[in-house]
Amino acid sequence: MYRVERMIHRRDGEDAEGTNRNASTRSQHSAALDSEKTSLNRSYRRRRSRLIEWALVALVVLYAAGLLVAPLVAIVLGAFAEGVGAVLREITSVDALSSLKLTLIMAIGATVINTAFGVLIAWVLVRDSFWGKRILSGLVDMPFALSPVVAGFMLILLFGRGGWLTSLTDALGIKVVFALPGILLATVFISLPFVIREVMPVLGQVSREQEDAAFTIGASGLQTFWHVTLPAIRWGLFYGVSLTFARAVGEIGAVLVVSGNVSRLTETSTIFIFRSLDDRNYVGANGMAVVLAGISFVILMVIEFLKKRAEES
Amino acid sequence: MSSVQTKAQKQLAPAMLPWGKWGLRATALLYLGFIVALPLAAIIRNGLADGLSAFRDDVINPTAFAALKLTLIMAAIVTAINAVMGTLTAYVLVRYEFPGRRLFNAIVDMPFAIPTLVTGVMLVALYGPQRTLGAWLAAHGVQVIFATPGILLALLVITYPFVIRTVQPMLMGAERSEEEAAHTIGASKWTTFWRVVLPDISPGVITGSLLSFARALGEFGSIVVVAGNIPGRTLTAPVYIYGQIESQNQRGASAISIVLLALSFSLIVTVEWIQSRSRKSYVSR
Repeated sequence: MYRVERMIHRRDGEDAEGTNRNASTRSQHSAALDSEKTSLNRSYRRRRSRLIEWALVALVVLYAAGLLVAPLVAIVLGAFAEGVGAVLREITSVDALSSLKLTLIMAIGATVINTAFGVLIAWVLVRDSFWGKRILSGLVDMPFALSPVVAGFMLILLFGRGGWLTSLTDALGIKVVFALPGILLATVFISLPFVIREVMPVLGQVSREQEDAAFTIGASGLQTFWHVTLPAIRWGLFYGVSLTFARAVGEIGAVLVVSGNVSRLTETSTIFIFRSLDDRNYVGANGMAVVLAGISFVILMVIEFLKKRAEES
Repeated sequence: MSSVQTKAQKQLAPAMLPWGKWGLRATALLYLGFIVALPLAAIIRNGLADGLSAFRDDVINPTAFAALKLTLIMAAIVTAINAVMGTLTAYVLVRYEFPGRRLFNAIVDMPFAIPTLVTGVMLVALYGPQRTLGAWLAAHGVQVIFATPGILLALLVITYPFVIRTVQPMLMGAERSEEEAAHTIGASKWTTFWRVVLPDISPGVITGSLLSFARALGEFGSIVVVAGNIPGRTLTAPVYIYGQIESQNQRGASAISIVLLALSFSLIVTVEWIQSRSRKSYVSR
């Protein structure tokens, strides 16, 4: 508010100067008339631009409210319209709780893997240069652009019956498709880019001099990274980690395809909702949807906090 | 001093870096190769396994083709709306102060945090035929859920942040002095926006639009709930692929996957190209 007002004042000052300059070249009489007219004109213009400003603010706020907030309110009200007891019974059922547990385990696992490899890949993409680096960078973005269903399908082609790597995993005695390793791989795939894309810009801003200095006084590469580089990139890293986690918790397409929707042992919370909708168990679906929305809300608060910290540092 | 330092580095660097650097590079290549490139190769191989004519037949199969067409049309409409509303929202967020701006700025990220399937369930809770609003709309001849408006709404929600989040930083970095100059010489706000602000932020608008287009092409979770998935009418390409996988038609699923893959890939290349170009133009300025 303050900034906008200051701007308007400044602009008014400029306007007044302009009219004065014009006026000096004309006769006294018309100048007086002129300035009267412009001051009327000016207040009209200011009022009109104020009106447009508020109209624009109202438009975008109402658009967001209708699109994002109204459905959220509807589902919370809808879930509890059936009675708090019924909802609680559904989301504390054995199936619901085990699906929540699996979702959290998978999300944490995928986040840990993507954080470790993400920082490494970001480092290589920012600091290293070699032929084919752009291709590598393009590969990183693929999971963003690719449909999650296709991502899950790719894993079936690799590890399913007659897949390229099936003989290898069979020999090792690991079942990937329709089992937990497949769900983990799918989750890792679809949440791969976040840490990399959030760490890259902050890593690019870390001063090489500090790293070089640490290196010169005898710190090993790992020590330099741990004590100099990591603290400098931490806010970007945390931000990327929370986005990864949010995406991993909410994944459905890839996980649904890989899990085969066959056994309750491989059921994540999103698959629980999917199956509940199929079974016309709307209370269960809505209840779990509210639980997941609550988890997202917490993640969103964390993201906001991290963004604020990143701006401050 | 600096020459001593670089000398010391030169002495140290070969001792420490070669193994580390090559090791890191190899790890990154192997990891991305295994997680991303290998699966991509598998799907392309599978889709083209029976030759190009079989691939073509799979793509122009009426149900598949209708699904692809619907997906492209929906994505295009959503992208156009996002380009306008996203730019406007970013402009309002950066340039105007109003009560609740911080909260609004936080809400923008909501679609990134909420699972897309939950978005679908939420839309059914609001517009479903048994709900107040849905029933009212149905009485006035507008069917939202299990129809194309539902698909549009779902896509609008999940792609909401893209344009805003790419345009916002560009608006913050834009030179205010040029705008004020345009205003001082008598340009209206609209002219100023059109002639001064928009050219500056256009790389952001285009990048954000392409990203939301790519996202809309691949969306599954929200659409599978709201669309009703009627073949030829409300069945989108990703849901079609899911159906083909379920019914064991792997080649048919691969063919449409390859089409989506090619589209996403060209979108990514375009985005990278625009970003590298706009970065260069900033440097040269």
